[in-house]
Amino acid sequence: MKAVEVRELVKDYGKLRALKGISFEVEEGETFGLIGPNGAGKTTALRVIATLLQITSGSVSVFGYTLPKEAGEIRKIISYLPEEAGAYKNLTGMEYLRFIAKFFGEGQKFRDMLRRGVEIANLGERINDKVDTYSKGMTRRLLVGRALMTNPRLAILDEPTSGLDVVNAQEVRKLINTAVQSGTTVLLSSHNMLEVELLCHRIALINDGIIIAIGTAEELKSRFSARNIEEAFVKAIT
Amino acid sequence: MINNIVKKEFKELFTLSTFLPIAVIAVVFGYVGHTVGNVGEAMQQKPVIGIVDRDKGEFSGIATSVVAHGAEVIYSGDDVDEGLREAREKSGTAVLVISEHFSEDIGAGQPGKIEIYWIMRGAGIMDSVSSGTLERLIEEMNREISESLIREGGSSDASLVLNPTTRFETTFFKGKKIVGLSPSILSNMLMSQSVAIPIVIMMLIILAGTSVISSMGLEKENKTLETLLTLPVKRNQIVLGKIIGSALVGMILAAIYMMGFSRYMKAFQLGDINLAQFGLDLGVTDYVLVGISLFVALLAELSLCIVLGTFAKNYRSAQALVFPITVLAMLSMFVTMLKDFDTVPVALRIFVFAIPFSHAMMAMRALMLDNYPLVLAGIAYAAAFTAIMVLVAVRVFNSDRLIIGSGVAKTVGDGFVARLLAGR
Repeated sequence: MKAVEVRELVKDYGKLRALKGISFEVEEGETFGLIGPNGAGKTTALRVIATLLQITSGSVSVFGYTLPKEAGEIRKIISYLPEEAGAYKNLTGMEYLRFIAKFFGEGQKFRDMLRRGVEIANLGERINDKVDTYSKGMTRRLLVGRALMTNPRLAILDEPTSGLDVVNAQEVRKLINTAVQSGTTVLLSSHNMLEVELLCHRIALINDGIIIAIGTAEELKSRFSARNIEEAFVKAIT
Repeated sequence: MINNIVKKEFKELFTLSTFLPIAVIAVVFGYVGHTVGNVGEAMQQKPVIGIVDRDKGEFSGIATSVVAHGAEVIYSGDDVDEGLREAREKSGTAVLVISEHFSEDIGAGQPGKIEIYWIMRGAGIMDSVSSGTLERLIEEMNREISESLIREGGSSDASLVLNPTTRFETTFFKGKKIVGLSPSILSNMLMSQSVAIPIVIMMLIILAGTSVISSMGLEKENKTLETLLTLPVKRNQIVLGKIIGSALVGMILAAIYMMGFSRYMKAFQLGDINLAQFGLDLGVTDYVLVGISLFVALLAELSLCIVLGTFAKNYRSAQALVFPITVLAMLSMFVTMLKDFDTVPVALRIFVFAIPFSHAMMAMRALMLDNYPLVLAGIAYAAAFTAIMVLVAVRVFNSDRLIIGSGVAKTVGDGFVARLLAGR
């Protein structure tokens, strides 16, 4: 079964067409990256798949559930990490994880989820401090813990390392890899070409609401006779 | 240089969203002031009364001439019922009945008896102006009789000279016949029992409304809303959860406020008033209705606030969105205190009724006067308003609006802003 199937997806914001009929598929268990410059339509595509935005035309399905009819079912199996997301500042890290986990299970399942969240966030004793006191890196780790603790079938991560220093970014990448190894499918967006090359099994190059090319990093580099993905992307759009 | 900064500040601050609420409020307050009326003007107007003179003696002549000079007499005859009917038809204030042996009693050293049958239409501050004017006229009448007694040297009884008449008052109010009370005393009694309610409800409305709108603003500012909307929870549960959570916060804050305020209000009470003897007490059912009325009013307000909250971009803009709610709450409070719902002009009545939390402010006084239809209609309206607003909120939560707001630029990512800044 395909984890994600997007067919001729169009998304309009009033008169502005943000997505101009994009199509792609994500296989179960793979890490799929959408890369492109700011304003290319990456976030819009992820928000549509995450059930946040309505479809103008085309179709989207996640593990066989179609949008918008089965949005409720999709929400049970996905986890969405928005770019620059925050947590409730008056809650402690632990309270925040508990708040989220309650939507996904109870009893032992809830306790396991919470334990996993604490492990992934790896904040030590600070997990019991208010989110308000966290650094950007700590907040991001908490949010990654939140996103992955539910063992989602599909994790949708929008710029997962955006704004993080090298050490924190590397840690988050490790967490994503671990989640994939335990069976989670990951769909992520980034404008960090190196990161995408490191993390993703396959990559879609997106620019101005159109997908220009899809393939593995090696395939794309070879197709555009480029030394790296960044060069391949530049050649693809020129 | 400074011009450039002033121009920029003006453009940033003077937007349609800051201008429009103030303009609307100015118009609404102006209209309310115009329709409720002016106390000074109302005091200048002659009270409309009926006179029944059963004495037709020397002192009753003085009394009727003073009253006839200062009031518009629409009935002058012998039949009290006929006088009351005329007064009711012509928006009269009262019927004065001068007793049979009025002059004889005064001449014999006894105060002359005057029966006053008041027709009271409302218990608001503005509603008692005409009865107050008539009371002053009766004082003037007493003074004239006193002067006559002094001039003629007919009495050495200082007490009689100072108080030559004695009153027996009956007030007809909302179908009730209340013996022994004038409208001003009755109005004061009702006010002292129910004036705290609109003030506390106003505070509750503002505090709870601020909580829910701020919660929406904070969700956007802290960027937690997107996560919340992708969790496996129905939109209507998110909306109701926010409403109930904010209602609890609002009620706790209002309870704290009420504790202080009730002690403050006690300073203005004359003593324990037993309204039961006048049939103006509340039973268990009435208190339950007041509670239901308050609860649905709060739900209605919060459901309106959550719809307003969807327009909040951040915590600061959420605070600005509370302003219209604050004004509506204050408006309801002032109108409720100044006038009875039945006595305000129809257009204002419709406007006040349309404010879903105004009914809770009126409920207690309305129930004291057995005006159940008003309270029940208010509850039904607020419940229907809540249902509609929750549906609207759920619809908004299901749309793109919460995520992308109203600006298209916001939807295409920060890249555009970054490029704009680079161009700078």
